Amino acid sequence: MKKLISYLRDYKKETFVAPLFKLLEAGFELIVPLIVAMIIDDGIAKGDKPLIFRMSLVLLSLALIGWTCAVVAQYFAAKAAVGATAKIKADLFGKIMSLSFSETDTLGNSTMITRMTSDCALFQNAVNLFLRLFLRAPIIVFGAMIMAFTISVKAALVFVGVIPLLSLVVFGIMQITVPLYRKVQEKLDGLLGITRENLTGARVLRAFCREDEEIKQFSETNKSLSAMQVFVGKIAGLTNPLTFLLINTAIIVLIYVGALEVNSGSLTQGEVIALYNYMSQILVELIKLASLIVTVTKGYASAKRITAVLEMPSEVTEEKNCGKEVTSGKVEFRNVSLTYKNAGAPSLSNISFVANPGEIIGVIGGTGSGKSSVINLIPGFYPASEGSVEIDGTDISDYDPDTLRKSIGVVPQYAKLFRGTVRENMLCGNEDATDDEIWQALKDAQAYDFIMQKDGKLDYMIENGGKNLSGGQKQRLTVARALVRRPKILILDDSTSALDYKTDSLLRKAVADLDYKPTVFIVSQRASSVLNSDKTVVLEDGECVGYGSPAELLKNCDVYREIYRCQFPEQV
Amino acid sequence: MKSKRKISKGTIPKILSYIGKYRILFALSLLMGAVSVCLTLYIPLLVGKAIDLIIGKDAVDFGKMTEILLLGIVCVVVATLSQWIMGVINNRITYNVVRDMRKDAFVKTEILPLSYIDTHPTGETVSRVISDADQFADGLLLGFSQFFTGVLTIVGTLFFMLTISPAITVIVVVLTPISLFVAAFIARKTHRMFTLRAATNAKQTAFIDESITSHNVITAFGLKDKKQQAFDEINREFEKYSIRAIFFSALTNPCTRFVNSIVYAAVVVVGALSVIGFGSGLDLFFSGITVGSLATLLSYANQYTKPFNEISGVFTELQNSLACAERIFELIDAKPEVADKENSVKVDTPSGDVVFKDVCFSYTPDKKLIQNLSLEVESGKKVAIVGPTGCGKTTLINLIMRFYDVSSGSVSIGYTDGSGNEKLSDIRDITRRSLRSCYGMVLQETWIKRGTIRDNILIGKPSATEEEIIAAAKASHAHSFIKRLPNGYDTLIGEDGGNLSQGQKQLLCITRVMLALPPMLILDEATSSIDTRTEMRIQDAFGKIMEGRTSFIVAHRLSTIRSADIILVMKDGNIIEKGNHDTLMALGGFYCELYNAGLAK
Repeated sequence: MKKLISYLRDYKKETFVAPLFKLLEAGFELIVPLIVAMIIDDGIAKGDKPLIFRMSLVLLSLALIGWTCAVVAQYFAAKAAVGATAKIKADLFGKIMSLSFSETDTLGNSTMITRMTSDCALFQNAVNLFLRLFLRAPIIVFGAMIMAFTISVKAALVFVGVIPLLSLVVFGIMQITVPLYRKVQEKLDGLLGITRENLTGARVLRAFCREDEEIKQFSETNKSLSAMQVFVGKIAGLTNPLTFLLINTAIIVLIYVGALEVNSGSLTQGEVIALYNYMSQILVELIKLASLIVTVTKGYASAKRITAVLEMPSEVTEEKNCGKEVTSGKVEFRNVSLTYKNAGAPSLSNISFVANPGEIIGVIGGTGSGKSSVINLIPGFYPASEGSVEIDGTDISDYDPDTLRKSIGVVPQYAKLFRGTVRENMLCGNEDATDDEIWQALKDAQAYDFIMQKDGKLDYMIENGGKNLSGGQKQRLTVARALVRRPKILILDDSTSALDYKTDSLLRKAVADLDYKPTVFIVSQRASSVLNSDKTVVLEDGECVGYGSPAELLKNCDVYREIYRCQFPEQV
Repeated sequence: MKSKRKISKGTIPKILSYIGKYRILFALSLLMGAVSVCLTLYIPLLVGKAIDLIIGKDAVDFGKMTEILLLGIVCVVVATLSQWIMGVINNRITYNVVRDMRKDAFVKTEILPLSYIDTHPTGETVSRVISDADQFADGLLLGFSQFFTGVLTIVGTLFFMLTISPAITVIVVVLTPISLFVAAFIARKTHRMFTLRAATNAKQTAFIDESITSHNVITAFGLKDKKQQAFDEINREFEKYSIRAIFFSALTNPCTRFVNSIVYAAVVVVGALSVIGFGSGLDLFFSGITVGSLATLLSYANQYTKPFNEISGVFTELQNSLACAERIFELIDAKPEVADKENSVKVDTPSGDVVFKDVCFSYTPDKKLIQNLSLEVESGKKVAIVGPTGCGKTTLINLIMRFYDVSSGSVSIGYTDGSGNEKLSDIRDITRRSLRSCYGMVLQETWIKRGTIRDNILIGKPSATEEEIIAAAKASHAHSFIKRLPNGYDTLIGEDGGNLSQGQKQLLCITRVMLALPPMLILDEATSSIDTRTEMRIQDAFGKIMEGRTSFIVAHRLSTIRSADIILVMKDGNIIEKGNHDTLMALGGFYCELYNAGLAK
């Protein structure tokens, strides 16, 4: 929380000026009842018309000054709230981008997106309103009380009595309802889950004739949600009537006390009216305050969520200045184990193998056998829990992550491209690549032909999420993007699944023939994909059950033989 | 900012018909509102009268004052009670109406044709049921609580003011609309800024979405700084527009308050002069005002403008909430799937024969898909559907399960009727439920419900025993991974399968079918994300249950297709070749090409 407030420090002037001018505005408003009292006591009682005109001019100028103050306050409040939130947003973006994979796994994409969008918006709104209004209410409430004291101490005691009661009502009800509103939100989220599930699973649900059960489940949650809403509404709905009751009772008491004072000669009629006006002002302010508190509570909750992300540890904690770079591309795993955060059991245990520069290494195994885990360790996306991963004989934790990753080309399982031209996407791989180099990479990735057919070729615009490309086209472009950087180590993580067999084999051949001979890791479930590899790592349940050339494996690795037999039954 | 669009005429009557159920409560709410407003307005009048009694030293009529103040207390208490009761009733009506609408909307999603679900993004339909309903509730509540009381307050205030001083009332009535004009003027001027801001906001959100979902690529390629730069640029733009939009719209309040102050000052000066007397012909119009009634007028002048501002706020809110209601009604009123015919047959014992006769089908009339497909599948045969991605393989499944109806021709299944006769009926003459229970289906997109592993398996057969569940899980090779989960079969899985891998999810889906053991099977690329080894084990299990069961299999894997009795080769929505592996290979056509490519080294 403190962290977020520190962002307002850059807006010291604004955060100071906005409430100050609000304060001035409120102060001028508090003078109005005094002027009215003067008009009644001096103007009306003595029939002094010029005084009445003068005083009404004072009222108008007070309104004008009040307006000016308010405008100034609104401007600075908006500037401070928007400016600080923009800075927070930028830092939050940077933070999220620098989080390690373990952290982003725990957070989840939708959470991160919500933090950056709606949480930031709620926070900004709360800061804006806070700067503008939060000081106003107490100033009016206590200011009115102080003004009452200047008029009549006895009458002011009515204010002293009612203000604590009012705060008790406003804050007490808030205290009770805020946690209840959170529960309502949870119930609503649950309802959303059921609705969403019901739509995504429409075919399955209908196939199993589960419609009635789904309706029953929805109705129950729906009913308990609305019951909860009605219940909270009953409590929250007490605020206004209770405030109304307190203030109006206070007014009646005030009039009576005023009457006594006037009767004894220590107060005038006009002053009683002024006291009455002060009490009315408090009522108006409190109603505004109640709605403000809801906004601020929401903003506070958002602020806490934003802070939690900002305080997560970034991936790089210290600058590595060894300046070491990958030269040959030799990869060695030494007794590597990996246990993911919050996981009960290790996903990889005791993996050891050596991949020499320029070799093609297959990684094969069943679903959940740990294939992706193995290759995610190479660019240091996750740190090894035990053992070490070495590149060119140096533990990867001794490299600067960015330097290390510069020499690795990763083609992830799910093809992801950015909105922008084909060229811009390719330049992600290597900022300095020339068009010729890009075309060469596209050729190797078997993407040349279809890019040639697109309008604008390299300038063809790719939509958000690559919506205007087919799955296979996206996959080939992600391969090309990795090839553009001419990496020392190339990782293909089951990244050709959408390609037909012919294109897939052409692509694999092109990769094998690359003139700069990177060390290639090919992850696959298909035996045919790793047939041309120099060596293949066979994984089962996170353990390495075979490592060698396809021929050797066929001879002495049961798991590999089984995989192989599925695809080539007649050859075994 | 939502662009204003015309609300269709039917929306309001529809809302009213939902509220109609609560009409007694509604009438009570109106009554309470009227009582509370009248009393609330009556209190300042009493206060004014009391003030008139406070003339000066030793000149206060305490007897009369006590009378007035006691009446005041009664009014305050009654007004408070009626305010609260109105609030509670409004709450109840609102949330119950929304609950009813939500339920109707949800029930509709269960009987919508699949074509609706396929063509409308899930998020959109969900937001109709959830957030549109929520926003509608907010608007409705605000409308209930502020619209009626607001109008009544304005009318009531005018009435009370008229009884005190018609001339001053005229002054107030003439001056107040200025604040409305000012508010409208500002809203019009800021609209453009809000549009700009909304556009930049959309751009920024899209960028955030893309960057976060591509976090791994950004890390792998060290693009962090580049993305930060691009983000900062959009962020600065957004900041610029935000400050403008927020500042200018925030001007509304001070401006209307300023107008209110002018009205207030006018009432003070005219009122004060009337008390003294203008000493001219004007006195005729401004007579009968006392200090107390001036205080009352001032209190009214303060209150009078408030409901105007509130009502203009309520109008925007109502506009928005009507738009939301309309979106919910679009869903509630969507055309449901054709109901089962009245004399539909309930099939309990299907024979396993499936017959396609001259079937034509297309999703859109202008793009023909399946044409004149005729096919007889005898009981117990294995039908494989092959072809490149997007060739329309799932279309056949849609027709078999009657998720979609054929355009012409017919799909029929064989069964034994109640009296033991073998029959063949068009599936349109069979109840959907009994038709669908004949099939066990595993889809390409795995679907996991929030709940425990057990809940998910039980979808296949709600009455299954623990032993049956475990036996099914063992048969589908899911038992070994379930066993290793923290709470075994009681492990809770989040939305979309949460922490399960794609393959594990698929195994769970297969387990469901294993448990249900339906007479016929549909496998839609079900094994695509399971590795070949696990797949082979599952194939073994399937081989067992497929014995004697008619099966339709959509798969890329040629090894699974080779053993099929009938292979349908599809391309661009059409079935171009039909036969078994050997005849198709001998044909040397598209299948042959596909098969050879599959084994290319």
